[in-house]
Amino acid sequence: MNHRIAVAALIAALLSSSACGSGDGTEPGTTQEVHVQLHNSRFVPDHFEFAVGTTVKFVVENTDPIDHEFLIGDEAAQQAHEDGTEAHHGAKPGELSIPIGETRTTTYTFDEPGTLLIGCHLPTHYDYGMRGTIKITG
Amino acid sequence: MKRTATSPLLAVLMILSVAAPAFACAGLVAPNGSVRLLRTATLAGYHDGVEHYVTSFQFQGGGAKFGSIVPLPGVPSRVTRGGDWTLQRLEIETQPPPPVPLGASGGSGSRDSAKELYETEIDGLLITILKGGSRAVGQWAKDEGFALTPDAPEVLRFYAQRSKIFMAARFIPKKSQDKQVGDGIPIHLRIPTDNPWVPLRILALGKKDPRTDVTADVYLLTHGEPTLLPAPEPAGNRGMSLEHNADASKDLLSDLRSDKGMKWIPAKMWLTYLRIDINAGKLLFDLSVGTDARGGPYEEEAYGAQPDDGSSQPTPSPSPTSSLLGLILVPLFGFGALRTIRKGSLRDR
Repeated sequence: MNHRIAVAALIAALLSSSACGSGDGTEPGTTQEVHVQLHNSRFVPDHFEFAVGTTVKFVVENTDPIDHEFLIGDEAAQQAHEDGTEAHHGAKPGELSIPIGETRTTTYTFDEPGTLLIGCHLPTHYDYGMRGTIKITG
Repeated sequence: MKRTATSPLLAVLMILSVAAPAFACAGLVAPNGSVRLLRTATLAGYHDGVEHYVTSFQFQGGGAKFGSIVPLPGVPSRVTRGGDWTLQRLEIETQPPPPVPLGASGGSGSRDSAKELYETEIDGLLITILKGGSRAVGQWAKDEGFALTPDAPEVLRFYAQRSKIFMAARFIPKKSQDKQVGDGIPIHLRIPTDNPWVPLRILALGKKDPRTDVTADVYLLTHGEPTLLPAPEPAGNRGMSLEHNADASKDLLSDLRSDKGMKWIPAKMWLTYLRIDINAGKLLFDLSVGTDARGGPYEEEAYGAQPDDGSSQPTPSPSPTSSLLGLILVPLFGFGALRTIRKGSLRDR
């Protein structure tokens, strides 16, 4: 079963990588769909690259037996989430709470070049390593 | 995974115990984010096809709701309060206190949730036997107002491949107000099974830093010298060291037998004491115990059914051996750190 999940995660990663924009031909102003798995308290994949102006629909599947979050933001935003008390996310673009075994989606437009982070800020998850990066290229 | 039951005539016994002093298990995260260490002691033995499992859960105080999850090899037929001195007596047998110098002063439920097979309350401790895979156990914990630590998914998947039976133990806040920190509640499970692996990996659950030491005392009581995998290190070494390996004394067996619910102990057994002292990041194995009756030890029991991803653990040669008539199993205490869910309110029971 683990092997199956690992293979599925790998396939998801490959699909996601191929879907990533970033100077690879993605047209600004278009929307692309990216699949992300939350498996063993890790983002799979955990690195993305998109071109400025790209709108991405993240389809986030939680395969774990625990809840997770998928929160996009810079360092300051991640720290705010780490210190925050919001029980659930989902209303703002780029922010999701994903219950055990469920799949949620969020759409986010990358307007400026730079690097953003993805994090899960349920207790100890971020420190455990549940984080990823998004590079936005101009 | 299940094997044929050991013949009653083979009456093999194995006892495994994790003694309190050295057993600091998974971290429990309180609502304020602080981590407590839960200490417990466990003893399990197998006789006539039934595993007798005695463990002690210690009250940590604070009024917070917390608990632990223990993987089991089978479904218990009975869960009762354990004996009063069994765990302490076993510890004294193998770890006698140093002599006191003359003149020294003394003293001092919802969808996809795990199925609850059995639930009982013992002196303020709520014991629930669960059946379900990793996701179901996680959902059950969530439904009960707990969450598991982020390393739990991988560890639960590891154990769910072997047995989908878990025990959850929780102190009931309102019924624990008279308890002092450190108070232990012994419980005794009788588990019909013939599955001999001893969970050790789960002891590292909840350790945020892989360099954190995990210490535990493991006692095996059998009818002969067991064959172990991984092979233990010599006494005094780090890792899993063989500290005692000899016939159990008549006094010990007599004392154990005189405790509540312990009359099942046979007249003669071999006592093995293993000390676990290892970094959490290196505790990626369980203990497989080989016997003449069942063969083994088995790599799958010690290291799990690892996917062929190149990350398999080395498999040292089995240690000494012997002639066990049967096998036993001791599932123990694993421990999953249950923590109250952040941002959520505690649910008193």
